[in-house]
Amino acid sequence: MQAQVSGDEKRMWRGLLSLTVLWLTASPASAYIAYVSNEKGNTVTVIDTEKWAVTATIKVGQRPRGIEFTRNGKFVMVAVGDDDTIQVIDAKTQQIVDTLPSGPDPELFTQDAAGKILYVANENDNTVTVIDIQKRNRLGDIQVGVEPEGMMISPDGKILICTSETTNMAHFIDTTKREVVANVLVDSRPRFAEFKHDGSELWVSSEIGGTVSIIDPVKRAVTGKVTFNIPGLRSEAIQPVGVGITRDDKTAFVALGPANRVAVVDAATHTVTKYLLVGQRVWHMAFTPDEKYLLVTNGVSNDVSVIDVAAQKVIKTIQVGELPWGVTISP
Amino acid sequence: MIRHLIGAIGLSVMASHALAAEPLEVGIGYLRHAGVKETLSLVQQPAENNGTAGARLAIEDNNTTGKFLNQHFTLDEVRLKGGDDVANAATTLAQHDGFIILDLPADDVLKVADTLRDRGTVLFDAGSKDDRLREEDCRANVVHVAPTRSMLADALAQYLVWKQWKRWLLVVGSHEADKLYADALRRAATRFGAKIVQERTFEDTGGARRTDSGVTLIQRQMPVFTQQAPAYDVLVAADESEVFASYLPYRTWDPRPVAGSAGLVPTSWDASHDQWGAIQIQNRFIKLNSRHMTALDMQAWTAARMVGEATSRTNSGDAKMVFGFIKGKDFSIAAFKGQRLTLRDWNLQLRQPILLADGRMVVSVSPQEGFLHQVSELDTLGVDRPETKCKLK
Repeated sequence: MQAQVSGDEKRMWRGLLSLTVLWLTASPASAYIAYVSNEKGNTVTVIDTEKWAVTATIKVGQRPRGIEFTRNGKFVMVAVGDDDTIQVIDAKTQQIVDTLPSGPDPELFTQDAAGKILYVANENDNTVTVIDIQKRNRLGDIQVGVEPEGMMISPDGKILICTSETTNMAHFIDTTKREVVANVLVDSRPRFAEFKHDGSELWVSSEIGGTVSIIDPVKRAVTGKVTFNIPGLRSEAIQPVGVGITRDDKTAFVALGPANRVAVVDAATHTVTKYLLVGQRVWHMAFTPDEKYLLVTNGVSNDVSVIDVAAQKVIKTIQVGELPWGVTISP
Repeated sequence: MIRHLIGAIGLSVMASHALAAEPLEVGIGYLRHAGVKETLSLVQQPAENNGTAGARLAIEDNNTTGKFLNQHFTLDEVRLKGGDDVANAATTLAQHDGFIILDLPADDVLKVADTLRDRGTVLFDAGSKDDRLREEDCRANVVHVAPTRSMLADALAQYLVWKQWKRWLLVVGSHEADKLYADALRRAATRFGAKIVQERTFEDTGGARRTDSGVTLIQRQMPVFTQQAPAYDVLVAADESEVFASYLPYRTWDPRPVAGSAGLVPTSWDASHDQWGAIQIQNRFIKLNSRHMTALDMQAWTAARMVGEATSRTNSGDAKMVFGFIKGKDFSIAAFKGQRLTLRDWNLQLRQPILLADGRMVVSVSPQEGFLHQVSELDTLGVDRPETKCKLK
């Protein structure tokens, strides 16, 4: 015999169910902390990715740009170019606790997988500075092209990529020998480099050239290019900067600067599938560790757009400080 | 035996030299007249190495890139003195250099262009703003890096119109260059909907630019010169000859802003420009030359960088090949102006945004928003393809 379920009971079950759903969606699955460097404001904005709200604004040195969490998630490093140093923020207390001895005008940097060595691009003297993060000392310099900027380490840790903006090259640097071992010419003003997670491809964005070069890291040669075409927009306004590739290496996101859009790119075919309208002059980006969301910095509109990665939609805009530049999210 | 040993050492030294491939040598010439013109403002007085300092920085930048590609660039500078023949000097330079940067008046540019026409030397006009060099007198072997007077005037006009300062009082100097600039300003007013309510000529009656108590005199002269004008929004001065324009700001009879040759000045570069990575080249320039970078420095830098860029792309120092690439559709150059610069294929003029600077800050950058064009918004500045009189041969 089947028990009759009364209308009241049904309502109650439904209520409980929806409560559970609510509780599930509200669960802190995405409770990360994002740090955004504001180039003109000389501040770092702290964002709670659960509430999508600004929780703190930290005063830092002059012209903060490159920003990254240490691998252990305890500190945030921010390059303050006009103070010729990298400041270290304690993620717990949100206080500046230390500085790292970068060369003059540090802009972007990257660290090795172990989080021990930091490689810094110094725009003003055409060098990459190598720093021991723990000991806070400088291990050496590597001469590269004019105006080094983009910095990325290959997934196997053997090669460091540095892009130089006026030389228009991706320099391949052997991380053990600390020597340039190859140079690949790309289009004008290369800003950013990103590897596919399987190490099969290196993507380098060219801001003035308006393209992303796909480089075979073994052949060390350009094998393809991502091009962008937005109807109604002049091609000079399409200026690719930040690149993010999902962990499954299937989808890439490219920030297009004053085109005010982020391109969604099929990472296998290297073709654009969608353009997402974001804020003005979009530059850098960071995924939440669960890859549900992508945060992008919009310099001219002073905000951060939150992109739902699966839905490929902008779901939120958060006001930050003046001229947001870089973003990093707690691991 | 000792002699033999020395011989052997000598041989081995030579052999090891031969092992490293010789770098590709690319010579760039720089041809200009000696001396600099005097300006009204002491802070604007060009240095002796105005222009060449920019080219030198570009050579350094090219060589930093070149060391990864085994390419090496050199600069040969020639300063003409009174009586020197410009054509002879150019011919001598062309024996070593496939590329020559020119900072010369229009007639000299034409002389050099015609003398070297069959030689294949590529010339870069970094110093002459004359529209005629890109129009009726255009030459197929001259790339124009300097913006024209019409480009500068259009850049200024777009901003003044955007600002709703549409009634202009135009004051023109009495020299030929001033009149050419005034022509460009009149054309710009017509194109963008400004009205020149009156024109006045400021006669150059001679006199020193440096005097001990000149300021008292000027303070009396300028209000008188500008009084009884019809209602106007902005005084636009055409004074390339540095006779009066810098005396106008704050001294006009009516309280009005000044633009053109003083006040708000359209230019290819300014020492205060720091956007779009420009701070980096400003820093490099100051480090190398211990002074600020001028528009002519930037034009010369851009010219030498164009050679470097095309050489790195073609992996060739051959003038014909490099020139082919520069004229091709894939060529662009990054020059800290927020977008790529390309060549107008009909007259080899470099498209470029124009800065509007007041001597302390960059006030704006043209083209202004809303001035649209079907090919490139940069072509809203200067003489466009449908109007050109140039036929490249």
